[in-house]
Amino acid sequence: MASNSLTPKERLAIGRVHMPEQEAMERARNFTEVNLGLEEAVAIREAQRCLQCKNPVCIQGCPVNVRIPEFLNKVAEGDFASAAAILKQTNALPAVCGRVCPQEVQCESKCVRGVKSEPVAVGYLERFVADWAMQHEADATKSTAEGGCATKTMGAVAAASSSHASKPAPTGFHVLVVGAGPGGLTAAGELARMGHDVTIFEALHAPGGVLRYGIPEFRLPKRIVDAEIRQLEQLGVKIECNVIVGKTITLPEILREFDACFIANGAGLPVFMNVPGENLNGVYSANEFLTRVNLMGAYISGPGRTPIIRGKNVVVIGGGNVAMDSVRTARRLGAEHAMIFYRRTEDEMPARVEEIKHAKEEGVEFHLLEAPLEVLGSDDGWVKGISMQKMALGEPDASGRRRPVPIEGSEHVVECDVVVVAVGTRANPLLTATAPELKVNKWGYIEADATGQTSIPGVYAGGDIVRGSATVILAMGDGKVAAANIDKYLKTKGRRA
Amino acid sequence: MFEIIANETLAPMLHRMVVKAPRVAKARQAGQFVIIRKDDESERVPLTIADADAANGTITLIIQSIGLSTQRIVATPVGGHLRDVAGPLGLPTHLKKWGNVACVGGGVGTAVLYPLAKALAEVGNDVYAIIGARSKDYVILENELARFAKAVYVLTEDGSAGQKGLVTLALKDMIEGRLPKPDAVFAVGPVPMMAAVAEATRPAGIPTTVSLNPIMIDGTGMCGGCRVSVGGQTKFACVDGPEFDGHAVDFKSLSNRLKMYRRHEEECRVGLKEKP
Repeated sequence: MASNSLTPKERLAIGRVHMPEQEAMERARNFTEVNLGLEEAVAIREAQRCLQCKNPVCIQGCPVNVRIPEFLNKVAEGDFASAAAILKQTNALPAVCGRVCPQEVQCESKCVRGVKSEPVAVGYLERFVADWAMQHEADATKSTAEGGCATKTMGAVAAASSSHASKPAPTGFHVLVVGAGPGGLTAAGELARMGHDVTIFEALHAPGGVLRYGIPEFRLPKRIVDAEIRQLEQLGVKIECNVIVGKTITLPEILREFDACFIANGAGLPVFMNVPGENLNGVYSANEFLTRVNLMGAYISGPGRTPIIRGKNVVVIGGGNVAMDSVRTARRLGAEHAMIFYRRTEDEMPARVEEIKHAKEEGVEFHLLEAPLEVLGSDDGWVKGISMQKMALGEPDASGRRRPVPIEGSEHVVECDVVVVAVGTRANPLLTATAPELKVNKWGYIEADATGQTSIPGVYAGGDIVRGSATVILAMGDGKVAAANIDKYLKTKGRRA
Repeated sequence: MFEIIANETLAPMLHRMVVKAPRVAKARQAGQFVIIRKDDESERVPLTIADADAANGTITLIIQSIGLSTQRIVATPVGGHLRDVAGPLGLPTHLKKWGNVACVGGGVGTAVLYPLAKALAEVGNDVYAIIGARSKDYVILENELARFAKAVYVLTEDGSAGQKGLVTLALKDMIEGRLPKPDAVFAVGPVPMMAAVAEATRPAGIPTTVSLNPIMIDGTGMCGGCRVSVGGQTKFACVDGPEFDGHAVDFKSLSNRLKMYRRHEEECRVGLKEKP
């Protein structure tokens, strides 16, 4: 192992790494991952940029409080197995977070190196370590299975991962988690590690939630999601798919069978724009568009597979990550013009900086300060265009962002054959409609306090069903907090009579 | 995995399958549906639950095998398995005592109508079933409906069974008093049939419920693909339906939306024919 004994001056002299990417015009036509990942030597060099601050403010920027300087120190030493062990103690899905977290507003935004130059690439290194561990664990399993002799490094990985995956003594408590998305998976992993018997009910036919149906393959390969879920199953987490809580079984029924419950059933019903023509053929909610492609594999043509309309001119309405995922997907499905229409400016866009950058490189056209008035259709009910209006920014609204104000007389028609509406979601009512004692707010989201506790003792909730639309990592943070409090609750409550 | 307990042919391209799905069987109410995938590569196909046996943990499905996905499902033998069965989805039928209820089924829609009619009879309604089909071979569930219905009126387009004509013929006889007058009408079938039923009952103001089967993916409200315009408002058939006020549904938009993937479906059918 190399030592991480550079002087601060030496560390400061190293410039931030660039993530190697698939060439933009090539990747704009395929679904394989855009970011290629760091080489070992490059990762070590990037980790050496970390100043190992006495007061590591980066950790405060992380919703699950990954011990960033510690794992970076191990990377800088070339001890990737130990880095992975540290990472996994606080993050159940590091290979996912390394790819989809908005680090620029979290850990990296706090990094002191960002003051004078650029922050340490914590996200890239998290991904590097998680991928390295995943690869070496697979190799170690393979070589053990083949009766081969594991190398020293692999032995270290096995030791590190077994400390991570070792099953503690069972507590005898049964906990049910609703939803196998990032929040539910995190909570399940934490609870299983505490020795509780954990079952997840997942409504769809495959676990992963938004990681499965929402985030595209080119940003988060599904094999990564599969591998992270396999690790949780090795911890003893049971996942039952095709169970829709609120339909297949109700919360009151669950509470008769289980000692506690964590609800993380995620984002809900898509919001439409409430303009005429929205039900024309070729108009999709982003949820539907992405679900067809990601969950159902509509980009792979074949008989019996889920179809999708491949538009030549695709208009995507919205400025968040879901809008970017949709427009980049449309481009990959063959759109000549894949267009974003957003009613504010790029400064107000909620999307990750990297997604906007990647979209632009791939030829996505950005139309800012424009809002839709009406979707125009042909006689037989197909989209043929969309009427847009230009906007100007006025006074800040409740969200603190400047309110877009329509400019009279600026109406114009944009020709298109597919429209994707990515303007958010509202609460899914299926679970709450069958759990009258569960308090919800006026928008239908579940009320939970800082510990995740809802109005029903033993029932905790987190992620989008509490927050509205948030991020993967915030849902994971909620899962982690709730798991700790469920553990406390169970220990206080004691065993059932 | 969900085991096939029984699989029989009712009519050309029409199968009755009994599937082991204990959770669904226990929770199911009349009017609800499931989403099925045969295997890993398959689409998610919404299918009405025709019947359920909570004690044995089984559900009964009546499936018209017109597309590749449904053909794969009905080709599963007894003892074989379906990869996914999710449900029960949708709102149950709003059951109340109306008095005389006309239950109108067209083609395979009769399979969706059957559990609904049965549930309406069980709460004390006098059910009059009107079932329409292309020809004699396609008339289904006549005997099953006769077990609880006051009468079953059969109509075929070619006159090979029952009266020759469309279901609206018998419905008009009821509305105009030549047969018992309906206090409510439930209709399930092709969109033009449901639209015609709604038009027939509109002048007399007879409450008319239709059960819609738009294209959907998840069935839990997440995708919005199944949206229909009802009384000028956008509704999701999977969570707000599948039953709606027939006088308020925009059938033209529904009909257009059902054609969205027609080109894909035809390509699929051509592919099927070419294969031995």
